[in-house]
Amino acid sequence: MATTTHAPPARPPATTTDRRRRIAARPAAWVVWGVVIFFFLNLLGVVASVLVSSFGRRWFDTWLPDGYTTSWYARAWDEFALLQVIVVTLEVSVLVVGLSLVIGVPAAYALARRSFPGKRLIFLVFLLPILMPPITYGIPLATVLYKFGLAGHMSGVVLANLVPSVPFVILTMTPFIEQIDPRIESAARMCGAGLRTVFLRVLTPLLVPGILASAILVLVRTVGMFELTFLTAGPDSQTLVVALYYSMSASGIRAQQSVDAMAVIYTSMMLVLLVVALRYVNPTQLVAQVKDEPEH
Amino acid sequence: MSGAGPGRPLAHWRHRLAERGVDRQLWLLVPALVFVIALFLYPFFYGLTLSFQPTRGGPFSDYARFFSDSYERGTIWITLRIALPAALLNVLAAVPIAYRMRGRFRGKRLVTTLLVVPITLGTVLTAQGLLNFLGPTGWFNRILLASNLVDEPVRLTHNYWGVFFSLVITGFPFAFLLVLSYLSGIDPTLERAAATLGADWRRRFTRITLPLLMPGLATTFCLTFVLAFSVFPSAVLVGNPAGETRVISLAAYQAAYEQYDYPYASAIAMIMGFVELVIIAVVLAARSRFYTGSTGGKG
Repeated sequence: MATTTHAPPARPPATTTDRRRRIAARPAAWVVWGVVIFFFLNLLGVVASVLVSSFGRRWFDTWLPDGYTTSWYARAWDEFALLQVIVVTLEVSVLVVGLSLVIGVPAAYALARRSFPGKRLIFLVFLLPILMPPITYGIPLATVLYKFGLAGHMSGVVLANLVPSVPFVILTMTPFIEQIDPRIESAARMCGAGLRTVFLRVLTPLLVPGILASAILVLVRTVGMFELTFLTAGPDSQTLVVALYYSMSASGIRAQQSVDAMAVIYTSMMLVLLVVALRYVNPTQLVAQVKDEPEH
Repeated sequence: MSGAGPGRPLAHWRHRLAERGVDRQLWLLVPALVFVIALFLYPFFYGLTLSFQPTRGGPFSDYARFFSDSYERGTIWITLRIALPAALLNVLAAVPIAYRMRGRFRGKRLVTTLLVVPITLGTVLTAQGLLNFLGPTGWFNRILLASNLVDEPVRLTHNYWGVFFSLVITGFPFAFLLVLSYLSGIDPTLERAAATLGADWRRRFTRITLPLLMPGLATTFCLTFVLAFSVFPSAVLVGNPAGETRVISLAAYQAAYEQYDYPYASAIAMIMGFVELVIIAVVLAARSRFYTGSTGGKG
């Protein structure tokens, strides 16, 4: 008895392994992981085949291309006037992000802080553009924009892209604003700040993380938004996705590899945005846009 | 309170409104409202009225034209035949995987991050990748041929399956991340209580987790379905846009930008929106039959 006293005291059984559930437990687990791995392998194949093809010299009926070259990038850059396309993409994205924040954040503030008659109706109106497929409202919208001479150049593209972006900003900003203690604003009011000062000096600094998150989400969505840009863009206001689509649907005229090179440029741009986005937002936030919809 | 005589009725009126929550702060809503009305509601109703003013015939002749032509009418069925199975598969496959992954484990952040990648790739790049990967000389067919599973390449692009796979690749991660966030919103102690009372794994899932998850699944299905229903680029690029994947958005696009018949295009867009809203209404009506209160989780 006395000899065992220096033995380690009985600990509660291995809590760390309990918390991390063992993945090798059941055959069902293996099936699930198998499906996930199969999905990722195919995804990898999809992305890698574009990447390999863009660097390949000639690639017909073999596992890998004959040789490797970077000349397709130079060709894609010249053939598709990519510099201009990228500049347009950036201009459109920056304008859409800026305008949707300026329009959306004040509305999100009013919706988060106040209750007033008709609030649910207004919320529903803001929700609709996100729930409808872009083509459904995109075609009437493009018709109206053409009627007023706004489509066919950049203003039309920006206006069309704002339609889903403004509600998106409102939906993502409302919970952020709700988190801020209203007493902070009351204190600022007590000290004599007007609404504008409260907004600029008190709320905006507190909201920076939320504004950054929704700005990046809007940026990712705008760069990736195909339908609305496609319906409203003119020849010199195409963004990268739309230019990519046109080059793909006219394949046969141009070498497959230079289309692939363009796709790689697009992907790397998206991946950079994604890496930046994931620094500020939780992955589920990228998709759960209407999670904050009031229940029924 | 300003007690000045002439100002009094105005102040009174304002006071009454302020009691109901209407005051000057609501001006903050005005830019967004003007914006949504001008760029969403107005075009929508403009399109609606335009669809009743066809270039030829009476007010309903464009709708009659759509439904009398089997090539046009068939696009509804084609779209549903692609979008419904794809959305169902995405949601149903996401449930067991999310159920398995809802706890903490090493690499969870990595897996969720990897799943975000296809969402950002978008349909156009996915289409290009699928053409390369699943094409007759692509890696997928090479692996099948090399392992003697098939004798000749399987045709997976430029038909129904190409579009279907593109919808799974872009839609599954979306459905998965949503289901995962709904699942982690369910209080785990409920299941532990059931386990204490002797319920096995299967009963815990079917009697506790699944009923609480159903409303979330319905919402996920709706959002995935909206994505799949408006399939456009992949239907053209990896599908067979003249035949079996001539989806309704393509018909609307062709009416507007190839025939320049805007009333007809608006009519098709309205039909498209209507069909989509009917499906969503059915799903949401079914959803309201489930418990939709708080699930006590961390949300």
